Amino acid sequence: MPGDGRPRLTRHVRMRFDATRERHVLLGPESVIVLNPTGADILGLCDGRRTVSEVATELQARYDRVVDDEVAAFLDRLVTRRCVEIDDA
Amino acid sequence: MPEPFGLLAELTYRCPLACSYCSNPLELAAYDDELTTAQWQRVFTEAAELGVLQCHLSGGEPLLRRDLVDLVRTAAGLGMYTNLVTSAIGLSRSRAEGLRDAGLDHVQVSVQADEPATADRIAGIPAFERKLRAAAVVKELGWPLTVNVVLHRQNVDRVAEIIALVEDLDADRVELANTQYYGWAWRNRAALLPSREQLAGAEEVVRAARARLAGRMEIVHVLPDYYAEYPKPCMGGWAARQLTVAPNGDALPCPAAQTLPLPRASVRDQSLRAIWEDSPLFTAYRGTGWMRDPCRSCDRRETDFGGCRCQAFQLTGDAARTDPVCHLSPDHALVTDAVEAANAPAGRDEVLVPRPHRG
Repeated sequence: MPGDGRPRLTRHVRMRFDATRERHVLLGPESVIVLNPTGADILGLCDGRRTVSEVATELQARYDRVVDDEVAAFLDRLVTRRCVEIDDA
Repeated sequence: MPEPFGLLAELTYRCPLACSYCSNPLELAAYDDELTTAQWQRVFTEAAELGVLQCHLSGGEPLLRRDLVDLVRTAAGLGMYTNLVTSAIGLSRSRAEGLRDAGLDHVQVSVQADEPATADRIAGIPAFERKLRAAAVVKELGWPLTVNVVLHRQNVDRVAEIIALVEDLDADRVELANTQYYGWAWRNRAALLPSREQLAGAEEVVRAARARLAGRMEIVHVLPDYYAEYPKPCMGGWAARQLTVAPNGDALPCPAAQTLPLPRASVRDQSLRAIWEDSPLFTAYRGTGWMRDPCRSCDRRETDFGGCRCQAFQLTGDAARTDPVCHLSPDHALVTDAVEAANAPAGRDEVLVPRPHRG
């Protein structure tokens, strides 16, 4: 996961808050991923403009702890599941 | 009590196609009395209240419902991810624009084979060219496109050509799903079940295509459970994650559950919540308490949930038995006999029985 890549949700998935489960969820054609609050925060910052490093820095400020590896690993898993794409340009 | 994630709304069993692998029930006439627009809208509202996040609009052919745009608008307005599962027959550009404006999220188009002669023979009507045009409209309107190809003995040898076609259509995903033997497919099983050699060939093609198309197109390959060692985790567990509502309002934990000898549960008589939480059809096989050995003491009981209850019933007459697909099932010979017949050296010339067109 390059730190200067710019992550965003892929076109076919959508994130929303689910009042039933009181969690954010990531919805795709054949999948539902129930996110924990940190995951939802990370994806909320993935707008295709911020880099992976910038997302981690912002999150670090919010949580007051180092999250670099956590952010990269989380996004990596979602790239594998084709929910997130990384713009290298 | 688990909360369901997905609703399969089988809006109608009417269909312009006559595919012999169709999983719709054999008694199609029993479903002619379809739910009204207002009844479906109530079902969607109750489903959303129950926690449903995905609404698959399917059939039969859902485009035959004249109220489809209104139904999509309702489901989308409830925040559900809406997925149209269609043959694409009847998906004109104006119809597609109406659906897009109503908030439809995703379209899945079925394709029967890579070229018109085979595809139209399987579909029972000249549908191939119309499907390609409709798939192009899906892309032009900016939707992600999934192409679904049901694989079987008559088309599995063409999987390389099928993948090439799907590439030409610029699909985002392709599902190469071997036939599941319910409904009309069950009736046609002997003519549809591929041989071991056919499957090995397809698997090699898919492996190479996945490597070549990585990052461009997702390839989902569903192998026939008859050849598996363990059964599929049907529906993610009985009445655990999904539910189906049939065209006549019957609510089902699995689309094939209308065959089971349990009292019907209809959205005409009860709320979806009452059905989900309390109806015998939904509670009978929820969790693991109903299991007998070998499932009861199996380490995989929470992994595959004993397989498919409807398949167990279909093959053994008892829905509480282990899915005979499992190599640990005492009834496993029912599956291996069918597999051996599909691999008999003489080769067979089974005739496909098409499901009737209903328009």
